[in-house]
Amino acid sequence: MSLILGPAPHTMQQGDTGAFMRQVVYATGPGLAVLTWIFGWGTLINVLWAVIVAVAVEALVLTMRGRDVRFFLSDWSVVVTGLLLGLSLPPTSPWWLTLVGVAFAVIVAKHLYGGLGMNPFNPAMVGYALLLVSFPVAMTAWIAPFDVPTFSESVALFLGQASPDAFSGATPLDTFRTWAGDAQALAGHDILHGRIAGRGWEWVNAAFLLGGLYLLARRIINWHIPAGFLAGLALPALAFWLVDDVRYADPLFHLFGGGTMLGAFFIATDPVSAATSNQGRLIYGALIGVLIWVIRSFGGYPDAVAFAVLLMNLAAPTLDYYTRPRTYGHDKPDRGIG
Amino acid sequence: MLSLLRGKREPIHDFPGGIHPPENKARSTAAPIRPGPLPHELVLPLNMHVGAPARPVVALDETVLKGQLIAESQGRISAPVHAPTSGRITAIEDRPVQHPSGMTATCIVLEPDGREAWAELEYRPDWAATDPAALLEQVRHSGLAGLGGAGFPTAVKADPGEDTRIEQLIINAAECEPYITADDRLMRERSPGIIRGIRMLAHLLRPDEILVGIEDNKPEAIQALRSAAEGTDIEIRVVPTRYPSGGEKQLIQLLTGKEVPAGDLPARVGVICQNVATAYGIYRYLEHGEPLLSRITTVTGDAVSHPGNYEVLVGTPVKDLLACAGLDADRLGKLVTGGPMMGFTLPEPAAPVVKTSTCLIASTPEELPEPPPEQPCIRCGACAEVCPANLLPQQLYWYAKNDEFERAQQHNLMDCIECGACAYVCPSHIPLVQYYQYAKGEIRNQEAETAKADRARQRFEARQERIERQKAEKEARRRERREAQRRKQEAAPSGDDGTRSDAAVQASATSAGGGSAASGGSDGSGSGNGDDESRADERARRMKQLKVTYNKANKQWKQAQAAFNKAQRDGADNLDQLSANVDKLRTRADEARAELDALVQEAKTDVEAATGRDLKTLKKEATDAELAARRKAKEVQAAREAGATEQAQSLEREHEQLRQDADDKAAWLKRVMEEQGMKEDE
Repeated sequence: MSLILGPAPHTMQQGDTGAFMRQVVYATGPGLAVLTWIFGWGTLINVLWAVIVAVAVEALVLTMRGRDVRFFLSDWSVVVTGLLLGLSLPPTSPWWLTLVGVAFAVIVAKHLYGGLGMNPFNPAMVGYALLLVSFPVAMTAWIAPFDVPTFSESVALFLGQASPDAFSGATPLDTFRTWAGDAQALAGHDILHGRIAGRGWEWVNAAFLLGGLYLLARRIINWHIPAGFLAGLALPALAFWLVDDVRYADPLFHLFGGGTMLGAFFIATDPVSAATSNQGRLIYGALIGVLIWVIRSFGGYPDAVAFAVLLMNLAAPTLDYYTRPRTYGHDKPDRGIG
Repeated sequence: MLSLLRGKREPIHDFPGGIHPPENKARSTAAPIRPGPLPHELVLPLNMHVGAPARPVVALDETVLKGQLIAESQGRISAPVHAPTSGRITAIEDRPVQHPSGMTATCIVLEPDGREAWAELEYRPDWAATDPAALLEQVRHSGLAGLGGAGFPTAVKADPGEDTRIEQLIINAAECEPYITADDRLMRERSPGIIRGIRMLAHLLRPDEILVGIEDNKPEAIQALRSAAEGTDIEIRVVPTRYPSGGEKQLIQLLTGKEVPAGDLPARVGVICQNVATAYGIYRYLEHGEPLLSRITTVTGDAVSHPGNYEVLVGTPVKDLLACAGLDADRLGKLVTGGPMMGFTLPEPAAPVVKTSTCLIASTPEELPEPPPEQPCIRCGACAEVCPANLLPQQLYWYAKNDEFERAQQHNLMDCIECGACAYVCPSHIPLVQYYQYAKGEIRNQEAETAKADRARQRFEARQERIERQKAEKEARRRERREAQRRKQEAAPSGDDGTRSDAAVQASATSAGGGSAASGGSDGSGSGNGDDESRADERARRMKQLKVTYNKANKQWKQAQAAFNKAQRDGADNLDQLSANVDKLRTRADEARAELDALVQEAKTDVEAATGRDLKTLKKEATDAELAARRKAKEVQAAREAGATEQAQSLEREHEQLRQDADDKAAWLKRVMEEQGMKEDE
């Protein structure tokens, strides 16, 4: 009789990396739906196209690397990369913009570093940052909330046959940045005054928050990074807003503006490029939050999730070295590099 | 605190991490303990315990009785083996034993005769009145070795040493691994015996507290233990069901809040932990005289029709036991010995059941399937969340995978208890424990290599030193002879040469043993030469040692000081400890320095005693003579250049004498210093 041999443990929890990643995909559902509701078909088209490109490029690179394409595609990680980048792009994006960003994310940010698990930077954010610095106009061409183009107009935008100028409008973050310090102008811009924060964008963020809470409930992510992220963003915002509410936006505006919730629950929580100890994750999240606030308040870009996340990706290994937990039977934690 | 609020007394402590795998215990707890089979042969490995294998004390073909000693323990950490039944020894040879590789080891093979004829047994019903030391000696002969699966000889564990105070005796009844129910059934059915065994252990160890730790998934066993323990000072503490609460370190943490220091034994924190079945074994041994002949083993899994607990004779081949439990060989996929978390797969069922065999899982391929292929680690950290030792398993995995063993050690790989919780939750199905075992094995190999190299180096250095010393002694004797020779030659013309300086006369007088000033010292060195020399040698060695000690202590002190400064800057909480360490090292360095200085001083005094002059004078004389010789050499040179040949020749003679004088004095100084165990730099 030939018996099965194998290392302990002989029993394993259900689920695999693919299941883990699929949960993330499901959790973006509300956010994607609200984006489509407020900004039209463009986002949905972006996401579908980004995922298709991501899977195709991944399959191509895996083939070139001589890997088992089916096996590695089954981890769904590239779908998440494509999805997150697609969600971050303006709904007016032409096809080539998405293609360039996703291909760069998958080829350079992921596979050139060795594939899944080896990339020091969040691939979707590398793609986003590349597009933002290379095509700043296209990347900031957001549609005014609820001023939805028709499906055929969206398709025309996607195919690059229509100019986004006809539809685009400034986002709340952009508007605030432009008029910060001018109380009258700030009061006059409707987009800055929604139900809880900026018009339209408050619902986008609420929807991503909902998806994020789902991920927390399913224990796909831990609370440390989102909590640190939101606190790191809200606390400086609160302090400065209390001092000068004309120059600085209020904390709710920051929390429910731009890519905050998508960043806090879906992007900063990418485990591969984040810190891994719980204390490290808290610090990692908090510093991303602070950086976002700093860049939004003083920097040259209206939003800052991508840059803040990439900067902290660089710091993650060091954070891990300095936040190692105390091992059982040791008096104190062994920390530091070395 | 939480449990206080809930109104329960225990447990009040917790351990980090842990998992809740499906228990799969119900099917094997339904039936009472059944007797195992009497196979046609029993295979008894000599190393069923941790430590040195036992040494056979029976011959081939010898007839043995049940309970008779057949292999005695060898060394302190070892355990004897007894015949589990009466019969004939048919072989002492290598047989496959329970090992993942199907390894063979020396076994005594016993063919049962079916008579079950008992040897004469020694028992101690009066154990409570027996001196613990004598009782402990008795337990050494019981053959008991950690029945929970660890196999550490019980008597060794029950003997933490005279000066170790045991605060808690912990009886491990947690049985946290899925599938296993051997202890559960044992407690349900034989609690009175267990409680008596625990009291015997308490008699040996005199603990302040006796705590039985049991998971709350065994209500019947808890009930049985509680009623048996009524009226005793044994506390039954129920802990929540969470793997690995039955790990020794985790159970200690759960029940006492104490942590066993890394690399140390529980006794260091005043705790001894024994398995509940081991306690029962002690009871059987002391009150009934039965050494360890059988154990309760759980046989379970979908491939057996009668899962349950069997009282199996040690040495019963696994296949016989499985047959007894109704194995359907066609359905058997994976055969695991031990639990599904930490047990290992057997390549074939011929190996025998041993003292540590808690469980056999005859699973179907659907029940415990082959693990899915390994996916890349995404650093999700699920492993770190469940690690009961608070390690960072994903970091350890990278280091083990990349052979970065030093890094792995810095991340405390050696504190991994290999419970498998990390691998259980890993969404990428990485066999993490296997990586850790590999890295640990490599680290142990490297350490063994280093230790070997160190020993070789020490031997080499000792040899070099010995050779050097012998050479120096030889040289000294040769010089002595040469000196004596020269003195003899000089004895006749001594004094007739007017050019010799006073100092030279004095020096030569001293070395010749004449001259009133130095006669005492010289005589002394002459008569007691051997003694002085050995004393000086001794001193030289001591000074060398002290120098090493001083340099080392000084260096360590500086490092400690730096560490202290850093800690102070960082605001660490162990400043007192560091400061104490700094002081200690400082004192050590100072002491070494002081002793070294004292020895140098002593050596100088000896020089004075031996020569009548102190070292400084001797040095000055040697220097003066050297300078005089050099001055004369210059004069010779000048005269030659001026063409004054005759004058030059005369000066040349003078120079030769001065040169001789200077060399003599230098040699003399060197010899004196060497004799006193000093080198010139002192």
